[in-house]
Amino acid sequence: MTLLSIENLAVHFHTRAGQMRAVDGISFSVDQGEILAIVGESGSGKSVACYSLLNLIPQPPGKIESGTALFEGRDLLSMQPDILRRIRGNEIGIIFQDPMTSLNPYLTVGEQLIEPLLYHRNLNRQQALKRAVKMLDEVGIADPETRIHSYPHEFSGGMRQRVMIAMAMIAEPKLLICDEPTTALDVTIQAQILSLIKALQKRRNIAVIFISHDLAVVAGLADRVAVMKEGRIVETGPVNDIFQKPRSDYTRTLLASIPSGSKSHPPQPSDQPLLQIDRLTTCFADNSGGWLSRQKADKKAVNEVSLTIQRGEILGLVGESGSGKSTLGRSILQLVPVTRGSVIFDGTDLVGLRQKRMTPLRRRMQMIFQDPYASLNPRMTVFDCLAEPLLYHGLATRKTVTAQVLALMDDVGLARTAIRKYPHEFSGGQRQRIAIGRAIATKPELIIADEPVSALDVTIQAQILALILALVEKHNLTMLFISHDLSVVRYIADRIAVMHRGELVEMAETESLFVNPQHVYSRKLLSAIPTPTTAQT
Amino acid sequence: MENPHSATLTQEQGSSLWRDGWIRLCKNHMALFGLGVMVFFCVIALLTPWIAPYGYEQQDLQLGASPPSAAHWLGTDIFGRDMLTRIMYGSRVSLLVGFVATGVALVIGVLWGTVAGYAGGRVDAVMMRLVDILYALPFMIFIVLLMVVFGRNILLLFLAIGAVEWLTMARIVRGQVQNLRHQEFIEAAFSMGLSRWIIIRRHLIPNTLGPVIVYTTLTIPNVMLLEAFLSFLGLGIQPPQSSWGLLISHGVESMEEYPWLLIFPGLALSITLFALNFLGDGLRDALDPRASKD
Repeated sequence: MTLLSIENLAVHFHTRAGQMRAVDGISFSVDQGEILAIVGESGSGKSVACYSLLNLIPQPPGKIESGTALFEGRDLLSMQPDILRRIRGNEIGIIFQDPMTSLNPYLTVGEQLIEPLLYHRNLNRQQALKRAVKMLDEVGIADPETRIHSYPHEFSGGMRQRVMIAMAMIAEPKLLICDEPTTALDVTIQAQILSLIKALQKRRNIAVIFISHDLAVVAGLADRVAVMKEGRIVETGPVNDIFQKPRSDYTRTLLASIPSGSKSHPPQPSDQPLLQIDRLTTCFADNSGGWLSRQKADKKAVNEVSLTIQRGEILGLVGESGSGKSTLGRSILQLVPVTRGSVIFDGTDLVGLRQKRMTPLRRRMQMIFQDPYASLNPRMTVFDCLAEPLLYHGLATRKTVTAQVLALMDDVGLARTAIRKYPHEFSGGQRQRIAIGRAIATKPELIIADEPVSALDVTIQAQILALILALVEKHNLTMLFISHDLSVVRYIADRIAVMHRGELVEMAETESLFVNPQHVYSRKLLSAIPTPTTAQT
Repeated sequence: MENPHSATLTQEQGSSLWRDGWIRLCKNHMALFGLGVMVFFCVIALLTPWIAPYGYEQQDLQLGASPPSAAHWLGTDIFGRDMLTRIMYGSRVSLLVGFVATGVALVIGVLWGTVAGYAGGRVDAVMMRLVDILYALPFMIFIVLLMVVFGRNILLLFLAIGAVEWLTMARIVRGQVQNLRHQEFIEAAFSMGLSRWIIIRRHLIPNTLGPVIVYTTLTIPNVMLLEAFLSFLGLGIQPPQSSWGLLISHGVESMEEYPWLLIFPGLALSITLFALNFLGDGLRDALDPRASKD
């Protein structure tokens, strides 16, 4: 039975720069009890299409130009706002991407959970709270009677997403729209949330629209897949067909972008250590008492970690958020104060080194950050951004700097004409190219890449990974590649170190870790990777 | 990848932000108009001793207060002094107070706020507590004390007003910097080995410009009125010298009999305020690369 059927939906955005066809005439339908995945890159219009059904896009600049969306025979697009309001949150539930910002921090989760019940179902508070406790239990939150009075910040990211799911499901909707619900989460948490959505869908026999940029994620989940590109649906089909015999070129590109397998060339054995870390410990002082209070509780973010990175090697560092992997990277570069231990870089211990002696060493080690939107100064052009390290470290003079910046831009695959542009004029992938250019500008030996592709779409991710590999080879770089995504690390790293709760639990050659993981936690991580080969219905 | 700009690139080595900002400002007609008005006022103020139609203390007691006429375009005050002349002389004091005192507030406030926000921890706590203490100090007592110790001096007046106005600026900037400090591009600059001073100058301060410019354009008229208040109490400049603020406060006294004594100086201040606001808005947009392009 068809629950929702969309015909020829077009949504345009009218901006000063002109008209943007965000959704350009798409048609699809969802049956009762079916999971439809809509897959596409950011900007492909997949979210706009679903948001416009519930009148959630800003109008203006957005405008629904044409189309019908029949939900049980009623057209959502031509409906009066107050009738639509009764459908929204009641018959159609929605889960947003970022669990950190989609809950109101000033209300307890209980208050937020019962809101739709009070509003749509005319229940009293007692009944509503009872239902809310049951719902929290159903989404797998332990001790729901107590937790219902907690505030959102008292939950972890994965738990908040469970609360969001509970909130979307509490009014027993017939259709659930999930907008990238696992993109902001760790791999292991992602696996849990996916199976929770699947289980809820089965139990209640509802329809689900699952929006994602990642084909691998939807493989084990969806019944049907619609692939979107530039506002149009390029291909629709049962999940197996999409993976086994894709018809459009774009789908094939998406599939090829999923990092799979390992590096094509084996690592050259090298026994010159560039970086030796010995029992490195970094604690964060808990300063919540203010500077007048004396007592301080220390939280060990990195606990007694020892490892060695050889010259020319890419060491992958994996772990969940909060495992201390980013702190380890920052501790190596002395961006955070180290509590104990030593970091020996090419024979010099960096811990406690004076700033005067540290500055020349900083030229030789650089960092690439996760968020290409935050890691570039919004008021500096590409030229300023790339010229700054060159001029500061005396690697270029005012005369030669332009040529050097242009060479760098060639290196990272940026068009030379973009030299005068500001970061906001670039896409996420191009911005990450600028950030990479800045990191390699000073010809460093060691690069610490902190989740450099996590914020990017799958296709862009594949390009950036290829770029990093090429640059590592060309400039003979040594790299610590931090990621929560094992398939990415497998693609790029020679050896892998696994961190869990601040400790290094396993370290092995990439393939041997994948074939034969020793530690329990490594096995858990491995089993959580979503892979297109597990596609089944 | 042919580069059509290669010939011009070599000259473009300065900080792109300021040059691009200037180009963008030139495209904003309202801002250019504001800038033009301010330049016009400043030129008039500079040339006043040579172009003023009368002397600023030249009285005509027979005439008394007279409405605008061919001889006195903007009328005369109760002592028969020409209002146009007095407004022109007044602009010298008012504009000077406005710009110098705001400049003092801007420099101290931005530096203080940036250092406090960037250093954080105890340095921040001590610096901002000092700001709190100065806030709590009654402003009048502070200025009277300064006057008593150093004598009455127009430069001191500027400094005194600037010394009070920077407190709010410091708080605004510190809030901005605290947000910026944990952004990854600051961390990236640090990991590049840049010195703290360069990080503050090149990465932090340009990113606080938006609110700073807006607050500055609000401070200038504020400071002009503050000067009037102090002069009214006998702490600022003294008659027969004049300033817009003084003219306005005297104009208010005889508002019903001689409205032109209030209207014209009031108009001069309002036009300045409008011009500054247009200019300020234009500057804020021009210096923010993310503001949409026309």
